[in-house]
Amino acid sequence: MYWNSFSDFIAMGTHGPYVWGSFGVMALLMILEPWLIARGRKGLIARLKRQFRAERAERNPMDSRRSRN
Amino acid sequence: MSNRLINWFKYASPQSFYPLAGKLIPWFWALAAVFGIAGLYIGFLVAPIDAQQGEGYRIIFLHVPTSWMSMFIYLVMAFWAGLGLAFNTRLSGMMAQALAPTGALMAFLSLWTGALWGKPMWGTWWVWDARLTSELILLFLYIGFIALQAAIDDPRRADKAGAILALVGVVNIPIIYFSVKWWNTLHQGASVSLTKAPSMAQTMLWGMLLCALACWMYSIAVALMRARSIMLERERHTEWVRALLDPQPAGKE
Repeated sequence: MYWNSFSDFIAMGTHGPYVWGSFGVMALLMILEPWLIARGRKGLIARLKRQFRAERAERNPMDSRRSRN
Repeated sequence: MSNRLINWFKYASPQSFYPLAGKLIPWFWALAAVFGIAGLYIGFLVAPIDAQQGEGYRIIFLHVPTSWMSMFIYLVMAFWAGLGLAFNTRLSGMMAQALAPTGALMAFLSLWTGALWGKPMWGTWWVWDARLTSELILLFLYIGFIALQAAIDDPRRADKAGAILALVGVVNIPIIYFSVKWWNTLHQGASVSLTKAPSMAQTMLWGMLLCALACWMYSIAVALMRARSIMLERERHTEWVRALLDPQPAGKE
């Protein structure tokens, strides 16, 4: 371990804001990107499921009631 | 269907690639986490201070991997786009489309971390120097690719137009890479190159390589996630998507 204390680590010499500004934005975006994709995917799947169900109900009105659950 | 031509490569069809990608994604996430933690541990906790740049040099562990990825993702994206243009395969366009936003993110992070590194070292956030300007052009190429594809409704035509843009833009990659050699720039030369021994301490090198591997794994995981959504969206009229999302009880229909 290179650092003597936690406050040394945070200070990064005099470069703390630059180092942590880089790290923070990178971490934030790398959490945000997969989160947005996962959210979009959920919405897409829900939309497609609704659409397929509706189409099936149109084709076969008796069948749709049972599998709608 | 042009798919018949490439049956020897089973996973070129979205239908078989979709479940495969789903199985691979957790592994890439796990590898990204392992490499990321190891790289950041070495880079931020073990590596010694840099004699010239003080502690601020630690931005290298974020800046170099994102810069490499921004260039490499572009090459992969252009490769898929070119493949789609040549063979008219469905999966190629989807992969190119899935990679573009992650490439843009990497290019942005490269510029962002570069600016935050430049300020304490050079005294300025930004200069219109060859390396920085060509990297900015790379970001615009990604954004242009995304915007062009979004502007065309028919996905196959969007793929073709995007592919041409992506292929023309490839010329920018060697310009970025060699800019520090070809022009007299403020940006420092390559820290690691294929032709000579690295000009940095062993621990720093390991930290950087591990962080780069983490960025690779992250990019693959995220691109596969996005590709899966694109597949569902674009193939929603096919039977396999319908069977996947709206399974029928056996013997029905």
